[in-house]
Amino acid sequence: MPAPLTVSTPSEREIAISRDFDAPRDLVFLCYSRPDLIRRWLGPPDWTMPTCEIDFRVGGRWRFVLKSPDGFEMGSGGVYREIEHPERIVNTETYDMDWTGGEAIVTVAFEQHADGTTTTRTTVLYSSREARDGALATPMADGMEVSFKRLDAVLESQPAL
Amino acid sequence: MTPSERLDATFLALSDPTRRAILARLASGEASVAELAEPFNISQPAVSKHLKILERAGLISTGQAATRRPRKLEAAPMAEAVAWLDDYKQFWEASYTRLDALLKELQTPVNANDKRKT
Repeated sequence: MPAPLTVSTPSEREIAISRDFDAPRDLVFLCYSRPDLIRRWLGPPDWTMPTCEIDFRVGGRWRFVLKSPDGFEMGSGGVYREIEHPERIVNTETYDMDWTGGEAIVTVAFEQHADGTTTTRTTVLYSSREARDGALATPMADGMEVSFKRLDAVLESQPAL
Repeated sequence: MTPSERLDATFLALSDPTRRAILARLASGEASVAELAEPFNISQPAVSKHLKILERAGLISTGQAATRRPRKLEAAPMAEAVAWLDDYKQFWEASYTRLDALLKELQTPVNANDKRKT
């Protein structure tokens, strides 16, 4: 079993998410860079992805639309700023509903381990502290909660301190 | 305070090791400022400063006992902060669980069945 997900707030404008995968780095990187593969994992299992377009090169645009079972649509898009195969992807991200108060910068770092596993660390840098909190405030959290309620996955509890 | 400001205050309060230790101490029961200062190598005014930040976040409250004024832990803001992180966490955990399955599939040789037969 891969190590559980951890979420942290390295600074007042950032959220960082780390997770281990039982696969080599090249393959994990591939799953982040090809639309046919992204479609198969991004979002909760009962959500669909009506739009998944990627122009995977520096300066290329990306556009995702995720749709919840009750019809809530969440669109986002941006531009790739850095692509260092297979170590790092940096892109801008803006949500259509713009509850994050403008553009955020997303960095995904892929770290290969000797045992063949890979750690991904996703760091989202928001334009302000308010924006970071806003990202989680209403439509997204509410819209998702509806479908999360249907998930069987038992999530490991966040340590209190 | 707005919910967003409350979260800011909570995360700021939790961002310091001394304040986390104070919260851990208060989790086992209320304590006065002097009692809280004791295990740390810092002055009472320094502890008071930390307590102020914790109090502003609503993570602790001050008891009524006039002279001792014990501090005690308040659970609600902490629960709110954890719930906030959990929403985010759940989206990604759900996605990554699917990515686990995809990675497993991609690593399975196409002719796995044929190999087994020979």
